[in-house]
Amino acid sequence: MNVSLKDKKNTKQSHSSPKLANLNQERTSPLRASETQDHVFEIDKLNLWYGQEQALYDIDMEIPENQVTAIIGPSGCGKSTFIKTLNRMVEMVPIVRTSGSIKYKSRNIFDRKYEVEDLRTKVGMVFQNPNPFPKSIYENVAYGPRIHGIKKKELLDEIVEKSLKDAAIWDEVKDRLNENAYGVSGGQQQRICIARALAIEPDVILMDEPTSALDPISTLKVEELVQELKKKYSIVIVTHNMQQAARISDKTGFFLNGELVEFADTNDVFSNPQDKRTEDYITGRFG
Amino acid sequence: MATINHADIQKNIRSKVIKNAVLKWLFFLATMVGLVFLVLLFYRILTQGIGFFSLDYILSFPAPYPEEAGIFAGLMGSIGLMLIVAPVSVIIGVSTALYIEEYAKKNKMTSFIQANIQNLAGVPSIVFGLLGLTFFVYMFNFGYTLIAGGLTMALLILPVIVVAAQESIRSIPVELKEASYGMGATKWQTIRRVVIPAALPGMLTGTILALSRAIGETAPLIIVGAATAIYTTPDSIFSRYTAMPIQIFNWTSRPQEEWQYVAGAGIIVLLIVLLAMNAIAVFIRNKFQKRL
Ligand SMILES: Nc1ncnc2c1ncn2[C@@H]1O[C@H](COP(=O)(O)OP(=O)(O)O)[C@@H](O)[C@H]1O
Ligand SMILES: [Mg+2]
Repeated sequence: MNVSLKDKKNTKQSHSSPKLANLNQERTSPLRASETQDHVFEIDKLNLWYGQEQALYDIDMEIPENQVTAIIGPSGCGKSTFIKTLNRMVEMVPIVRTSGSIKYKSRNIFDRKYEVEDLRTKVGMVFQNPNPFPKSIYENVAYGPRIHGIKKKELLDEIVEKSLKDAAIWDEVKDRLNENAYGVSGGQQQRICIARALAIEPDVILMDEPTSALDPISTLKVEELVQELKKKYSIVIVTHNMQQAARISDKTGFFLNGELVEFADTNDVFSNPQDKRTEDYITGRFG
Repeated sequence: MATINHADIQKNIRSKVIKNAVLKWLFFLATMVGLVFLVLLFYRILTQGIGFFSLDYILSFPAPYPEEAGIFAGLMGSIGLMLIVAPVSVIIGVSTALYIEEYAKKNKMTSFIQANIQNLAGVPSIVFGLLGLTFFVYMFNFGYTLIAGGLTMALLILPVIVVAAQESIRSIPVELKEASYGMGATKWQTIRRVVIPAALPGMLTGTILALSRAIGETAPLIIVGAATAIYTTPDSIFSRYTAMPIQIFNWTSRPQEEWQYVAGAGIIVLLIVLLAMNAIAVFIRNKFQKRL
């Protein structure tokens, strides 16, 4: 991990070294891409049960840094369960049991000593339905910084403005920051929720069908936003909309009945699926 | 053959429509029964009590003559009781509800506790009086004091407050809690910043209803030794005391007609205090909703 990180930095700085030029070539080859790519999550033999019902089976997956990873699959196949496992939100359901490991930046998140609060500060989440607090727009975005101990008004102001700008909603709400967040449209609420997630400066953003409750124009805005955000964040996005996955993601994982059937570069998954079931799904034969 | 016989239906439809109309009027009458008696009650209390109701009445102690008698001792006693009952029952009640709803694992033990809280809410108030007598008056040796009465009343309304608080906590959308946990908030931070503000209006309503019940209770107070006639106001939690319903009850049990009017004036004061409590609840609720 460390070595490849250094290499990556070096490639950006200089192209003179023959060794690095060589490496650069490797990076452009899609087949070898995963070998030189840095990963935020390394998932190894992940199984998950709701009581007696198994919902995830032996998931092995590596989620790349600063890219958009889409999770697709028919409803009930375990997409939400999977994404909520990445920040351990799935444990809000008391009957959940897991086995296997998920390494976030080389550390197993299931480790007893890993505090969930710590993990969730680095791995933020945006939910399917916009869920602003019944507070002002300002207070919504300031919530995360406040719970992490930031009290100074000027600093909060700065964070709120920056987060709303990063979420491409600042211009629409800058004159009504003190109004209740319920007063804006659903699409705007969702971008406020994204701003709220950005305000704690996470490293990864998980999004569970963030546009399924939105109209087409709001959906487009969120999609554009995702493209912008991936420069700074690693994004995992669940979607039941295959066009959306094709449009915005770099990698796509196809889930079916709790199994990860196929996981590869998005172009490959859609143009040249390796598994018959993937092909059936993306060509609309079921789902 | 068609299952629905339209000719038959047409024949019978008239009687169904009539039945519906009759029932509508019956239900309306039932509603009126309650309303009419409520109006009669208010009318009787006002006409009987208003003659004796005055500032003097509010500021006077009990007296041997109806014209001189007043409810000051009872009013101050009832207010003193509420000052003990409200904080004690709210702090313990809301903490219990938060523990059961947010912290406790959902297992047999929790549902056992839950079932018993609901049972306690149905226990007759006189039983709480006996409990208060055993524990607060004798065991803790508080004697017939305000604190013994206040704690007994707090126990009496505790189950109601717990259940009301639980219901308002449960009605909070889980999405709001998820949003908070998703940003790395701890349980307590989520409770303080999301759960309590959202549950507060419901909790307040439940608390005020419970306090209204407490302020009108007589039986348990008589058991834990509230005085019937007293010529001082409580000046500490270890003072002797009386309460408005006890004074009212005492006056109504006298044979002379004037005392009924004195009691009527007492009921007016009691109703005013109840209204004031509700106004305070509405005020706090509005204030909190603005701050959200
Ligand atoms: N809270 C829960 N309790 C029990 N089973 C659940 C729960 N949530 C999801 N499941 C089960 O897990 C499976 C995957 O669900 P989910 O992850 O929500 O799928 P998706 O997001 O792909 O539609 C389903 O069979 C569902 O019934
Ligand atoms: Mg889902």
